[in-house]
Amino acid sequence: MKMTGAELVMNVLLEHGVDTVFGYPGGTALFLYDELYKYSDRIKHVLVAHEQGGAHAADGYARATGKTGVAFSTSGPGATNLVTGIATAYMDSIPTVFITANVGKHLIGRDAFQEICITGVTFPITKHNYFVNNKEDLADALRNAFRIANEGRKGPVLVDITKDVTEAIVDYEPREPYPLGKIKTEDCEAKAEKFARLINASSKPVIMVGGGVIASESYEEVIRLSEKADMPVVTTLMGMGAVPSSCERYFGMIGMHGSFAANKAISEADLILTLGSRFSDRVALKPDSFGKKAKILQIDIDKSEVGKNVAVSEYIVGDCKEVLEKLVPLADKADHSAWLAEIKGWNMEKPMTVKEDNGRMNPQEIIEYLCDHSDKETVFVTDVGQHQMWAAQYVKQTSPRNFLSSGGLGTMGFGYGAAIGAQMGNPDKRVIHLTGDGSFHMNLNEACTAVSNNLPIITVIFNNRVLGMVYQWQTAFYGKRYSNTTPERKTDFVKLIEAFGGHGFRVNDMNELAEAYSKALNMEGPVWIECNIAVEDKVLPMIPNGKTIDDMLFE
Amino acid sequence: MKKEVVSIYVDNKANVLTRVVSLYGRRGFNIDSLTVSATNDPDISRITITFEGDNLTLHQIVSQTEKLEVVRSIKTLDGKKSFFRELLMVKVAADKEKRREVKEIVDIYRAKIISLTKDEMVLELTGAPEKLDAFLDMLTDYDITDICRTGVTGIEK
Repeated sequence: MKMTGAELVMNVLLEHGVDTVFGYPGGTALFLYDELYKYSDRIKHVLVAHEQGGAHAADGYARATGKTGVAFSTSGPGATNLVTGIATAYMDSIPTVFITANVGKHLIGRDAFQEICITGVTFPITKHNYFVNNKEDLADALRNAFRIANEGRKGPVLVDITKDVTEAIVDYEPREPYPLGKIKTEDCEAKAEKFARLINASSKPVIMVGGGVIASESYEEVIRLSEKADMPVVTTLMGMGAVPSSCERYFGMIGMHGSFAANKAISEADLILTLGSRFSDRVALKPDSFGKKAKILQIDIDKSEVGKNVAVSEYIVGDCKEVLEKLVPLADKADHSAWLAEIKGWNMEKPMTVKEDNGRMNPQEIIEYLCDHSDKETVFVTDVGQHQMWAAQYVKQTSPRNFLSSGGLGTMGFGYGAAIGAQMGNPDKRVIHLTGDGSFHMNLNEACTAVSNNLPIITVIFNNRVLGMVYQWQTAFYGKRYSNTTPERKTDFVKLIEAFGGHGFRVNDMNELAEAYSKALNMEGPVWIECNIAVEDKVLPMIPNGKTIDDMLFE
Repeated sequence: MKKEVVSIYVDNKANVLTRVVSLYGRRGFNIDSLTVSATNDPDISRITITFEGDNLTLHQIVSQTEKLEVVRSIKTLDGKKSFFRELLMVKVAADKEKRREVKEIVDIYRAKIISLTKDEMVLELTGAPEKLDAFLDMLTDYDITDICRTGVTGIEK
């Protein structure tokens, strides 16, 4: 079949089941956008305000649906605007494909208008990238991009196509997506048996769930193992949602702002089974002391994660789901009620409580209210900062892929784009975007996208009028010298969203929140609810950088 | 700390070396030498790297390199089962007097004098890296004005 390179791009997207893409047009992308126009009945293109929003939207779409997120941009600034979004997806291993146009082949290397070597720029933040300046290479590069994005440890792939290739007439033959290469799991049976022996011999075991459990969709296996071997479960930020908060063996998040009980469980355990987690410096704040009393057993799909940050006793390189399927039947039915009681005791000693009735709104209270008055399938999307950690601590997880947050890169401004992506991927679910006044100011321009597409995303702004997380550190560690964290902004969020064409509320107490929220749930298009919280509210507990649970701060 | 030689088969395509070097740069892998060469298959090139490190460093370098899409295979070369070679050129300032002494060392090491002027000679030696090190050590008694080494390339027996 003869068609243009641009039309071939559409067909390869369709081969991979892509029906939604995000992006922004431009000079070199004109042929691609001409085809998006013609294929608009099969591929919905969501026009964003800024390419960064488009990249976060593709990422949020992938996180919320498990499908590959796709974003388009033009060359030069369009492509460089994607960069933070690509890096965010890279750090959290989110399967995404970014398609950028570049100037025509005859202009490459001449500093042409809007020319940038985006493949060079994105070497360190993509699993792989392609520069396609030869029409014969186009189909293979695109198909490989989808394969690589989803093979092994997932992540972003970028395909940069010169304008002449998008215009050129090419041969197109439809074909099935390239099969995903299998990760070779060496001696999986024998190693699983060894894991089981160690688990069966342990008396204080813990399952530590990371983002790999979400990526491999092995939640059921995790719960089965936890129930059968009576093992408590803790998660990292990226593993949140894998186990519902209501699960009696679940003790919340570990790490810098994790619960006392979860962190204490790690430090007192005699065995830690870690699943798809890379022991980041926000989890293992002092790597040498992490799980000091425990044998650490690691399952990860990426061999380079074995022992990278924390030394482990045993490991299996493989897909969490496949390995757990072998491991669960080998684990003995056990009774660790004494150990579970001990952890529950720590929870009683230092609980994650919601303070109420001190005459103002507490962030924890707001989150609890939202969870209690929202549908179970609600998707919570956060930005980055204090509100993100409060959300991680207090959002009641019900099911996987319903809590989306930028973990590795910690990208302020991630939330709104990601929420748009999540809503596009889940038109029937409620999407709530939790943000702070700092993060929100970065990319709130995507309100126009939510309005244009009539997306009923409810944005809850935790407004303390400071850049809260940095302000908190300045309070605790920098002698209250508030360098550039008190911006004295006068933004009227209600007027602002109204100017965009949406609805807004400003609330100062829980009654006002209740009223605003019930109205918001029945409104069309985006709604912002600005919650005024106190500047004194801190994210606690906290283990300072490089310290252990013994140094945990509670106030 | 052990000296390691790692042989990497990569796609013979544009930017492949950049991808490998960029990885080492951003991961902070400190390598001693890197060479790129053709193989008998025109689609594949060989990159040979040498570095000093413990087992964790070796594991990190090998497993991170392996993840690059352009890498076909990667192998740590065992010193006992492989040949390693490197080429050295060294410029020595030597007058008539010194020249004879240098010539003696050159003969013992089976090196070559590839250029000779009244006050300078250029020597060439190919061999295992240790041999080159020893040769250079012998020359430290003289006035070395320039040195270049190609870096190690290796092949399994």
